[in-house]
Amino acid sequence: MKKYGMVIDTKLCVGCGACVVACKTENDVPEGLHRDWIVEEVTGKFPNLHMEIRSERCNHCSDTPCVSSCPTGASHIKEGSNIVKVDPDKCTGCQACVVSCPYNARFVMPEGYVSKCTFCDHRVEKGESPACASVCPTHAIVFGDLNNPMSRVSRLLRARKFKTIIPEAGTEPNVYYLI
Amino acid sequence: MKEITITTNKISNMVNGHFHVWGWEVPLYLFLGGLTAGILIIASVMAFRKKKDSFALSSGKLSLWAPFILSLGMVSLFLDIKHKLFVWRFYTAFEITSPMSWGSWVLLMIYPLSFLLILATIRESYPGIFSFINKFLSFLKLDILFRKLTEFSEENYKIIAGITIPFAITLGIYTGILLSAFGSRPFWNSSMLGPLFLVSGLSSAVAMVILLSKEHKEKSLFTKVDIALLLTEGVFILLFLIGLATSSSQYKAALTLVTGGALTSSFWIFIVMFGLFIPALLEVLELKGRNINPKLAPVLVIAGGLFLRFIIVEAGQMNSWLPY
Repeated sequence: MKKYGMVIDTKLCVGCGACVVACKTENDVPEGLHRDWIVEEVTGKFPNLHMEIRSERCNHCSDTPCVSSCPTGASHIKEGSNIVKVDPDKCTGCQACVVSCPYNARFVMPEGYVSKCTFCDHRVEKGESPACASVCPTHAIVFGDLNNPMSRVSRLLRARKFKTIIPEAGTEPNVYYLI
Repeated sequence: MKEITITTNKISNMVNGHFHVWGWEVPLYLFLGGLTAGILIIASVMAFRKKKDSFALSSGKLSLWAPFILSLGMVSLFLDIKHKLFVWRFYTAFEITSPMSWGSWVLLMIYPLSFLLILATIRESYPGIFSFINKFLSFLKLDILFRKLTEFSEENYKIIAGITIPFAITLGIYTGILLSAFGSRPFWNSSMLGPLFLVSGLSSAVAMVILLSKEHKEKSLFTKVDIALLLTEGVFILLFLIGLATSSSQYKAALTLVTGGALTSSFWIFIVMFGLFIPALLEVLELKGRNINPKLAPVLVIAGGLFLRFIIVEAGQMNSWLPY
């Protein structure tokens, strides 16, 4: 089974937003809604400040509260992978998954069903990278199979220090940030 | 040590935006679901009482309210659902890990059980409605089936009540578990919400009996029951708050919402003071013979139950694991 993950280098990310625009274009995301977004975080005490820029999205967690809270099976894990998806034909728009996501990564489409990042699985099937990773001008976003020790994501995680966002929420996220 | 953290969100409003998914519909549904559970528990327990001559409301008339109140709750839930044409999808799957799925199926069981419970006492409680339904169904030649179903319910009154009790308790607990199952919202993530909402629903149903009953004996008995329920609810709220206070930092942060934060005054005034303490005090004074408007305490209890759901649903959405 493939375990897809994303490794995002916070030392390279400049917060240009190309990933957000690429995602919106590729997936036809309606105005005002986003499957990915940029967070800029400044920490410290002047003059010792530290800034981190992150491109964030659904973490395609290994422990998925969004899938387990869905009453209809609309929220599901794509067979043969860990990609978390929503089947619009099964979704009632009850928003249990929206509430259950600690990353606030889900939203309701104007039609009423819930939508989110799919790791561009339609591109992944063709052997391509997700739209956000493919357009990143600084190559900060790397996508690949975490189960393959020779993949670039696995090698980056072996070579560099990394973190995940709120791991204490217990969902075992699969989007890693190099720090 | 991080002295300061400033987080801005570029391009999207999805992170820093106010996280507000559920409006008035869900808390109203949770309240009406809890009230239905309470009504059915009372109506079922009364089937096992020894004296048959009194308590006309709680042992008979009351159960008729259950399907109507539940339906009102279902309408409220339906209004909240965003993909309305696909609502039937709740009944094409049973997801064992989803409290909402459990709830959907329990609701489906509650309807036939409450109808059988109504039929078990309809002849005595609502003779007018009974004869009207009979006449109406005779046009459709279904009156024999109706009479047979009524006779069946009357004969198996206690069995039906016995089956209804665990389903009604499940319904009452489910209204709390629905929220507490969300680990991502620390304020909700306490299993105390299950018993708390069950007791609150029961207390609201008891208040309804006090409000509508015309028998002094029945009012007096249910006032005593309500005092016990309000005390239990108070203890459960205290345990719920202790649970948050003694947990990790995210939960402590969630607690500050009602201990100095945005919802402090509404929580302590509308739930604890006017929803629990004052009605309990009024009921004690009433039992001691003080002349107090008998409608005041039950109305406060019902309003308190409604506020409990509204404030807890709101609080859960004002707090999350994300620090931004």
